[in-house]
Amino acid sequence: MKCSLKWLRKYVDITLSPEELAKRMTLAGTEVSHVEVIGGWENVYVGQIAAVNPHPNADRLRLATVNLGGEQVTVVCGAPNLVIGDKIAFARAGANLIDGHKGEKIMLKPSKIRGVLSEGMVCSEMELGLSKNHEGILVLPPDAPLGGKLSDYMGDVVFDLEVTPNRPDMLSVLGIAHEVAALTGATVHEPNLDYAPAGRSIGESVSVEIADADLCPRYCAALVTDIKIGESPRWLKEALMASAVRSINNVVDITNFVMLEYGQPLHAFDYKQIGCSKIIIRRANEDEVITTLDGVERKLSADTLVIVDPNRAIAVAGVMGGATSEVTPSTTAILLESASFKPSSVHNTASRLKLQSEASARFERGIRPELTLPAARRAVQLMVELCGGKAAEGIIDHYPGRRDIAPVTLTTAEVKRILGLEVSPAQIEKTLVSLGCAVTRRSEHEFAVTAPYWRSDLRLDADFIEDIARIMGYEHIPERLLSGALPHQNPNPMLSLREKMRQALAGFGFQEIITYALTDRQTLEKGLNTTLTVEPLRVAHPMSSEQEYLRTSLRGNLLAALSSNMRREEGAILLFETGHIYLPRAGDLPEEPEMLCGVLTSTGVEKVWRGRKEPMDFFDAKGAVEGLMAALGVSVEYKESNDAGLRTGRQAAIMTGNAQIGVLGELHPKVSQAFDLLAGTYLFEIQADTLMPYTLEAARYEPLPRFPAVVRDLALVLDEGVSHQQVVDIIRGFSLVKKAVLFDVYSGKQVAASKKSLAYSLAFQSPDHTLTDTEVDKVLESILKKLQTELGAMLRG
Amino acid sequence: MGELTAAKMSAELEPWRVRYLGKKSQLTEILRGLSSLSIEERKEAGALSNTLKIELESAFKSKEESMRDSEMASGAAKDAIDISLPGRPFPRGRLHPVSQALGEISSIFTGMGFQVLEGPEVEWDYYNFDMLNMPKEHPARAATDTFWIDAPPNDRGWQMLLRTHTSPMQVRTMEKTKPPIRIVVPGIVHRYEATDATHLSMFSQIEGLAVDEGIGMADLKGTLHEFARRFFGPDRRVRFRCDFFPYVEPGAEMAVECAVCCGDGCRLCGGSGWIEVLGSGMVHPHVLEGVGLDPKKYSGFAFGMGIERIPLLRYGIEDIRLFYGSDLRFLRQF
Repeated sequence: MKCSLKWLRKYVDITLSPEELAKRMTLAGTEVSHVEVIGGWENVYVGQIAAVNPHPNADRLRLATVNLGGEQVTVVCGAPNLVIGDKIAFARAGANLIDGHKGEKIMLKPSKIRGVLSEGMVCSEMELGLSKNHEGILVLPPDAPLGGKLSDYMGDVVFDLEVTPNRPDMLSVLGIAHEVAALTGATVHEPNLDYAPAGRSIGESVSVEIADADLCPRYCAALVTDIKIGESPRWLKEALMASAVRSINNVVDITNFVMLEYGQPLHAFDYKQIGCSKIIIRRANEDEVITTLDGVERKLSADTLVIVDPNRAIAVAGVMGGATSEVTPSTTAILLESASFKPSSVHNTASRLKLQSEASARFERGIRPELTLPAARRAVQLMVELCGGKAAEGIIDHYPGRRDIAPVTLTTAEVKRILGLEVSPAQIEKTLVSLGCAVTRRSEHEFAVTAPYWRSDLRLDADFIEDIARIMGYEHIPERLLSGALPHQNPNPMLSLREKMRQALAGFGFQEIITYALTDRQTLEKGLNTTLTVEPLRVAHPMSSEQEYLRTSLRGNLLAALSSNMRREEGAILLFETGHIYLPRAGDLPEEPEMLCGVLTSTGVEKVWRGRKEPMDFFDAKGAVEGLMAALGVSVEYKESNDAGLRTGRQAAIMTGNAQIGVLGELHPKVSQAFDLLAGTYLFEIQADTLMPYTLEAARYEPLPRFPAVVRDLALVLDEGVSHQQVVDIIRGFSLVKKAVLFDVYSGKQVAASKKSLAYSLAFQSPDHTLTDTEVDKVLESILKKLQTELGAMLRG
Repeated sequence: MGELTAAKMSAELEPWRVRYLGKKSQLTEILRGLSSLSIEERKEAGALSNTLKIELESAFKSKEESMRDSEMASGAAKDAIDISLPGRPFPRGRLHPVSQALGEISSIFTGMGFQVLEGPEVEWDYYNFDMLNMPKEHPARAATDTFWIDAPPNDRGWQMLLRTHTSPMQVRTMEKTKPPIRIVVPGIVHRYEATDATHLSMFSQIEGLAVDEGIGMADLKGTLHEFARRFFGPDRRVRFRCDFFPYVEPGAEMAVECAVCCGDGCRLCGGSGWIEVLGSGMVHPHVLEGVGLDPKKYSGFAFGMGIERIPLLRYGIEDIRLFYGSDLRFLRQF
């Protein structure tokens, strides 16, 4: 809402500077996002050309004598349009102007022009910064006050207000005036609404019928005849211009002016075009058609409220008028509508027809039905005054939605409870009265309060308490820290698990990313390398096809992110994300399990001194998972798996006990191709929800060993098919073995074909004595024997 | 002893030690031969040769030490490395800046007795709107741009959507928990908005709620100012102004003094000198009634804050889309 200070001043005295006023309004809830100063000329006055004489030394210049009311000044002037008697803008020395030739800001100084001292200047529009016009001087209207400051006459300040949805009253200059009055202690002078009716009683010329009262709680209609359509006077045009509304003709301008003044949208019908002089307000018939003012034929639906005459629809209620009853230059009689329509109905219609307007914006926010009558009277008054109209006697006022509004009870104790600030009863009363509320004291500490007719947002005592606080200023509310009992705290293990996982992976060199929850089907399928077995949830009106489905897997997004970073990175790239996936459930919200997914690859070997030389492989992914599980204190095992997204034979299920908590492996070649990734890309995925219970087990303490360990190496030759796991399972079955660490894997010339060598460093330790070599040798021998019989292992010679 | 003093290299020391203190040295011979002497002689010779041995040994030790020191000093120069060469790289990973900010903010509120909770990202309109004083026909509900899920309503007529704020957890928590309540709810939210340099269709929020008997706006101001002190620094001024949110009354917006211009007005703060950081207010009586709490007995405050704005303003990031663009060149900077 743009609001002119000049206009505002018609209703309320303002002593604050525009900046201070803007600040006060902002703090009180309506942000003034911009204060535009129009004019603001210092040392520029309204003068009148008293005489024009030739310049003694120049043909093109003349000497103008300017009457400034009390004195006369003669200046040198080059303008061609100097006419004796014209009112002009006269700048004295010290005025800040725009140079008419260079367009720069200058300060006017007295100067001699061709030998004649000139102590001022008659200004062009350009010099005043009003336009680029420097052809001649600006000629002011005859009503400009002689000797007065030009900025008082022509200048203005326009406030740009960000009005919150609860305050439709702030979409009106009068509403703003009431707010300003409350904030500054001033009084509002509402317009006088008197006019002299000159025609027959309206009831003889117009009838109104509200058929669907649920959508139209009140409908007022007035009739003005003998209208002469023409241009609006300057003040009216200026007022509309300040509010960024285009001037059309006097009638339309009046309806817009009153809408801006009272916040009540009005509509002017050409009375002669209304069939049978009868107006009906009803729901549209299915597929009923209307051509609106903009010339577009619109198909209506049964939930649209329309204004019709007995023949056809003449307006879409609260949204736009129809073309057939439009005010034209030949219109002579106006039927004025000032009505109240149900906010949601106007909203639905305006958004369906894509016809949001100043009017619909006000109806949607729920303006009070009480506004209709004064707004109608005001518009009729102006039409009589400015369009030569004759007003019919009376105004039709159908008000089926009338409700008695009971006063709200407000106590000082409640004010104190909600604000934490003690406000005296006198202060409460004074503040509410300043806002226009009717306040009755029921007792020393209790009031009955009724909201003024222009406020639709004051319904509960909390609403009035907010108004007391915001008018007094929130800065008066003290600050204190919560002092009540501390609520019981329930542990949130998922939160701490997620935090631990994040910290661990970041510590290993993984960068956390966050990707969009909405994705496309293709990305989901490509990441999983299957057609989707779970149909993902879809948004009803996707913004784009890339953000249509709620992800059922983190993989696709993460791989896409990896792919987009590949071109820019050198060496290893390690990414992870923790987040929800969304698994639909019939008739209920989706399940939102917490997932962790990591991906890693290397784009060639990073050229770094002492950097890592070998590319990422399966064991980097596994190392990350092992490190993560160690950080979480969860022991896991790895089993062969068959995840479609991972390469067969290079993937493993991550198990704890019998539960699979995740999977890791090399990407299936199809997946890496689909995302334009290198063959050596690895992924791990953990179901945090499944993992979580295992992270809750307390760590176990083991006393430090009291006796030394004996370390022996064991190099074995085995068939290729035997796994490391099989070997260590056997070795660890011997109780004296404290540790078995694999330190070499070899296959090649030094062992037979289809054989491999695994070398272990074994640590033997007993809890109750120092082991002797003999004891260790004996155990080692039994280990070897068991490995031989069960796995065909041989000691490597 | 002279030979010892004259020695110039550590290599000369060992032969000296062998000659005078070694197993075959004269002194050792003497000591070994002591047994053949009488007790008297043994005493005298023993004491004498022992003194001599101690003297020689300590002389040797100090010579050896001083020689080692000087040789280390000169040898160090020879073995010096180019310390300007880069170190062996350790892999470095980082948390997403939004995770970092959420963690920091959560822990400040945890320190004030708030518990961190999370809620569903796919919600019912019942929790996202109806129970937050935005019934079906409320204009504010229409103004919120919502991603609705393409699914039939449930048997209670509730419609599924992507939550537009973290506020539904206010209702879910109050439904289940009796006051006193103090919670913060971080999480992802969605708005049906075209993405550009200053808007995202998905972003992060943190919600707060405190409900008890006797909570007033003074508690709201005190708590949120304390948060601002801890998060933005002790000297940043804050400002509370009236603002509107359908589920609070009175409503308030908190702004902090712009860190760039310190309140004078600059490009970052749009000339106002203040940067809005959160919306807040006293829980609306309708919201309390909805969850079965008597608004005349209980009161509380709620607040909600967008997270991306904070690093955006802190680091002067010009394009908000960078947060979810997964570009490592961006993410590595935090």
